[in-house]
Amino acid sequence: MKALILVGGYGTRLRPLTLSVPKPLVEFCNKPILLHQVEALVKAGVDHVILAVSYMSDLLEKEMKAQEQILGIKISLSHEKEPLGTGKSNAGLVFLSKLGIKISLSHEKEPLGTAGPLALARELLTDNSDPFFVLNSDVICDFPFEDMVKFHQHHGKQGTIVVTKVEEPSKYGVVVYEGESGRIHRFVEKPQVFVSNKINAGMYIFSPSVLHRIQLRPTSIEKEIFPVMAQEGHLYAMELQGFWMDIGQPKDFLTGMCMYLQSERQRSPERLRTGPGFLGNVLVDPTARIGQNCTLGPNVTIGAGVVLEDGVRIKRCTVLKGARVRSHSWLESCIIGWSCSVGQWVRMENVTVLGEDVIVNDELYLNGANVLPHKSIAESVPEPRIIM
Amino acid sequence: MLKAVILIGGPQKGTRFRPLSFEVPKPLFPVAGVPMLQHHIEACAKIPNMKEILLVGFYQPNEALSRFLSCAQQEFKIPIRYLQEYSALSTAGGIYHFRDQILSGGPEAFFIMNADVCSEFPLLEMLEFQKEHGNTHVILGTTANRKQSMNYGCIVENQDTNEVLHYVEKPSTFVSDIINCGIYLFTPEIFQHIGLVFQKNQQDLLLEEQMNGWQRAEVIRLEQDIFTALAGRGKLYVYKTDQFWSQIKSAGSAIYASRLYLNHYRKTHPERLANNEEGRPTIRGNVYIHPTANIDPTAVLGPNVSIGTGVTIGAGVRVRESIILHGATLQDHSCVLNSIVGWDSTIGKWARVEGTPSDPNPNDPYAKIDSETLFREGKLTPSITILGCNVNIPSEVIILNAIVLPHKDLNRGFKNQIIL
Repeated sequence: MKALILVGGYGTRLRPLTLSVPKPLVEFCNKPILLHQVEALVKAGVDHVILAVSYMSDLLEKEMKAQEQILGIKISLSHEKEPLGTGKSNAGLVFLSKLGIKISLSHEKEPLGTAGPLALARELLTDNSDPFFVLNSDVICDFPFEDMVKFHQHHGKQGTIVVTKVEEPSKYGVVVYEGESGRIHRFVEKPQVFVSNKINAGMYIFSPSVLHRIQLRPTSIEKEIFPVMAQEGHLYAMELQGFWMDIGQPKDFLTGMCMYLQSERQRSPERLRTGPGFLGNVLVDPTARIGQNCTLGPNVTIGAGVVLEDGVRIKRCTVLKGARVRSHSWLESCIIGWSCSVGQWVRMENVTVLGEDVIVNDELYLNGANVLPHKSIAESVPEPRIIM
Repeated sequence: MLKAVILIGGPQKGTRFRPLSFEVPKPLFPVAGVPMLQHHIEACAKIPNMKEILLVGFYQPNEALSRFLSCAQQEFKIPIRYLQEYSALSTAGGIYHFRDQILSGGPEAFFIMNADVCSEFPLLEMLEFQKEHGNTHVILGTTANRKQSMNYGCIVENQDTNEVLHYVEKPSTFVSDIINCGIYLFTPEIFQHIGLVFQKNQQDLLLEEQMNGWQRAEVIRLEQDIFTALAGRGKLYVYKTDQFWSQIKSAGSAIYASRLYLNHYRKTHPERLANNEEGRPTIRGNVYIHPTANIDPTAVLGPNVSIGTGVTIGAGVRVRESIILHGATLQDHSCVLNSIVGWDSTIGKWARVEGTPSDPNPNDPYAKIDSETLFREGKLTPSITILGCNVNIPSEVIILNAIVLPHKDLNRGFKNQIIL
């Protein structure tokens, strides 16, 4: 089976992290976001993953090459024909990952929205009659890919959307569907009155015939394709069990981290660190070094090679690879970028995000600071702002 | 022989020093580890022929004051008495009221000092200067920058003779950059001038109806009523100093004054400054630690830190530009910057207590500390964080630019607020 992952966008909401690293490669709970999805896809029988990327594709290529050793993949180039004379070339790259699957890059010269990439990858997706997955690259959850296949084959129509229950549906577009069968009636964008509390979770499974509906031009799958499919009775909703989060922005990245760690506590509790100095769910890479009298957690992820000096207190944070937090500092709800250095007696809170290689001097206070890479911070930031 | 009179004010004065002044009279507040007044008394006690020190004010008799007086008398071996005004008589009214006490024994001259100034006290130099200038009255002056000078008493000086030609208290336009330090050296003749003002006041009161009950003839201000009149008559001279000097009006200025005195200790009392030693906390810059304080060796203190009696400081604590008053406890990993931590207060683990310094511009040698208003444009001006006595700060919170009144248990962090 195949899967198309819509990596597409510029990842602007996850800046400053995405200024250094393409979003799919940002580590979420110590594993690149992309890999969470790809591993789950492989388990469900996918052997070919197509990544639909836009302007970042060169960097992603480079990063994937660098990660060749880590992922154990081979990279080879294969060019595909220009479809429909629209001037959009399609540079496909084929990866052979250690997972024994193919990963291709599908490069949009201009962003094609949410449906266009399907048309672009048409040839790849239609080479057999198996259904294929389409995923939004920012989604994290307990991936239900096997269940999706079963559900989709059971109703036999063209498309299945995974939906998830949320507390505040009017912030999103909601899906109205028949409880028994799952047949979707309609979509309502940001409803003012309560209509439904289920929203589109960003994961789909389609039969190849759906591609007849999509042209190669900027297309919104939600606005243009789905409503027609729903009317024709070709669109079904499968309700997701368990946690779900769109981790495309720092605040939600941290919330998603909490949910994921909690889910790990159920599934593989041996991965989490326990004992004195560890509260709640804490994930620590084996190469990280933790000093004396530290208290970590709840909800902390510590990346590879991270050094935490004595007396550090961290809550609800992700600390990325190679960062160092010096003694007696206190961090809550932060993302510390790769190779950062946080000084002594520093206090950081309220979704402070440090880009790559940021230095924070001793004794400062950072409240909601968003710091771009390679910056040195010498003054406190008492109110949320962006530091360029 | 000589005497010294220190004007210590009373509870209604020094309200900018609240909430710290709720616990202890402002003149007894510790600056650089010892009560504010003690710096004055030490300086006076060093003068040969200093017979007696008189404190004039309108505080009711209280234990703190009495205890301080008896300790100081023992330590400095000089009689010190407190003369309580029956009512606030202002800077000249008080000394006029007690003129007999001041003049008893026949001193040739006497110093008058405001308690709320921080100074090097060049008293010997002032005595010399007085002799050289025909035994007249002397004001200690210093230089301020043009803008700030208008917050003080301004002195226009004859550069050749050092005579005070003109004096204006807090003018609204620029008059002079030489300001009044609140330290004076008078001869007994000053009382004749004050007496004249007193009589005039009495006559004025008889003439007009008493508008306000509290207005009294005895309320006489040295600055507006005496100096302004004496200026330009060959009676008043100014001795200028460029040694350190500052007013201590607000809590923020107490920290600044501490810094000045701690720095001065290098010369006068090096034994009061802590050193870096094996097994002791790390010391940066000038730090005063009372011998009864209990401090973990992994703490880092300074610059400009004073630690009071019986204070406990845990592991990995950082204190900088702050005053920690007696009995306070700072738990592990906490961080105290630009703050005053009140008596018996507790700061929880990893908590951050931080204020904003209001220091004068270090690039301007004549800049003085600003005595800012509490609010500006409806918002609390960021300033030194003050925790009153017995305040408890929970672990892991931040207290930023806040003033917390005494006996308060906080349950969360606060920023830019006064917490009643």
